[in-house]
Amino acid sequence: MYTQAMDIPDAAAKPAGVSRTPDAQDAAFEARIDADGRIEPQDWMPEAYRKTLVRQISQHAHSEIVGMLPEGNWISRAPSLKRKAILIAKVQDEGGHGLYLYSAAETLGTSRDQMLEALHSGKAKYSSIFNYPTLSWADVGVIGWLVDGAAIMNQIPLCRCSYGPYARAMVRVCKEESFHQRQGYEALLVMMKGSDAQKAMVQDAVTRWWWKCLAMFGPPDADSPHSAQGLRWGIKRIGNDELRQKFVDATVPQAEVLGVTLPDPDLKWNEARQHYDYGQIDWAEFWATVEGDGPCNRERLATRVKAHRDGQWVRDAALAHARKQQQRKNKEAA
Amino acid sequence: MNAPVDYLLHLADNAVVLGQRNAEWCGHGPILEEDIALANVSLDHIGQARLLYQLAAARMGGGASEDSLAYFRDETAFRNYTLLELPHHGPLVGYAASDRDYAVTIVRNFFYGALMVLVWDALTRSADADLAAIAAKSLKEARYHLHHAADWVVRLGDGTDESHARAQAAVDHLFRYTEEFWLPSPAETEAVASGIGVDVVSLRAAWDALVDETLAEATLSRPAVRGYVPEGKLGRHSEHLGYLLGEMQGLARAHPGATW
Repeated sequence: MYTQAMDIPDAAAKPAGVSRTPDAQDAAFEARIDADGRIEPQDWMPEAYRKTLVRQISQHAHSEIVGMLPEGNWISRAPSLKRKAILIAKVQDEGGHGLYLYSAAETLGTSRDQMLEALHSGKAKYSSIFNYPTLSWADVGVIGWLVDGAAIMNQIPLCRCSYGPYARAMVRVCKEESFHQRQGYEALLVMMKGSDAQKAMVQDAVTRWWWKCLAMFGPPDADSPHSAQGLRWGIKRIGNDELRQKFVDATVPQAEVLGVTLPDPDLKWNEARQHYDYGQIDWAEFWATVEGDGPCNRERLATRVKAHRDGQWVRDAALAHARKQQQRKNKEAA
Repeated sequence: MNAPVDYLLHLADNAVVLGQRNAEWCGHGPILEEDIALANVSLDHIGQARLLYQLAAARMGGGASEDSLAYFRDETAFRNYTLLELPHHGPLVGYAASDRDYAVTIVRNFFYGALMVLVWDALTRSADADLAAIAAKSLKEARYHLHHAADWVVRLGDGTDESHARAQAAVDHLFRYTEEFWLPSPAETEAVASGIGVDVVSLRAAWDALVDETLAEATLSRPAVRGYVPEGKLGRHSEHLGYLLGEMQGLARAHPGATW
């Protein structure tokens, strides 16, 4: 669903420093980056570039998988069969994104098991937006509209990422996310034409998610630990603040059409800047959540760990059966 | 020629209840590929339920809709097989705190899938053209569901000691719920008489053959069955359906008349 990965350090990642050696491989790599070319799995790449990508892509994959939980929370209670089908399909898409992204990361020489181990041990991060609860049906629409909307702002530039497999995966991910965003917005439009209770549900969800979505773009560029190197390497294309501004500018008119109030008294059009001004994000709350003390961090991670642990016997059975099949084949051949 | 509404509701309720159950794995599957596969199976069932409820609603008139049928009928009005409403765990009461067991999920999908490839195939020749069209679409899906479930029954049965024991326990737990398949309900009898429905009893030998072949490959045995025969399709359910519907219908019922 979304990554703010470039900006969230994790214990496994070493600080990404530019390590230029005079070596020819390095020169060829840098030249390709400078020419805006693609790096492919078989190409030589600096260790720090590889590590940065593994961190970013795996965090993105983890975000997709953990992100299935807050929305999955409403599948069983979706208020119509049509909405239930849309939601199942959407959450299933997020699982599919996880699958492409784990595969893209595997091209860098890390296994899905290793990445999952890093998630389950708490070493790897996932998007902090999924550490907030989904408290009403309107949250499903608001996540589509705002969370997926913010994700798209972040992800469109990743389609031009310098690492080929990631860039190609993102093309498909972005198409599906755009579809999710439109579906989310449409669900909210229907609710806003409905009863007072439905309208109140939408407003409450917007009020709870708005600031969290602004924080999804990561800290201001000046405070962002990985931004500069990411931009240099063509892994990140646009800074956090610029993306956040684009999101605000695109979203305010949509909120007006919908008839909801965005919960920011400082939000207003600035004629001189030709952008909307907006208020202060609560970064202390953001970092507390990133660091594990948000409302749902423990539940989300424990649920992933339990699903994986409970599924061990199923995976073991599949492997054992495949081995037995192979042995039977070998015996027949002998 | 129109199918009796109760017959359509039986088929639709089966689909919605199993769709609801399979979706419970979304985000909790044993491996990502299975998470995605079960969401797919669930989506197919919800899709089947929608088509069948829409057809039933059109024939009932009086403002009925797919959602009024799914969300505003009580347990005793539901006509699904009891098998399909059981939780994903072994024999425990509905409010027991317990873990989902993938073997129960797979074996249930297998028993039902083996039935529905036969039912939908027969219904493609139904005298009710609308129902025949739904059957043609559903048959393709049911073939995939059976394929998926049978593959896993074999993997689990043949896999490890633990998976074999779990698969056998699931077969032992669920098998008797399949007895309900072979007792025609009044709606089924009426549908058969008019050339619309399928005579379930005539499918039994084919179902036995499908099931026995896979169980044999999986080295699993079929338990002897006696005593209780469930009657979900007559509206007499297990203790579990109330919880399932309570969860599924709660939000819709809190806002009667709302459009979503």
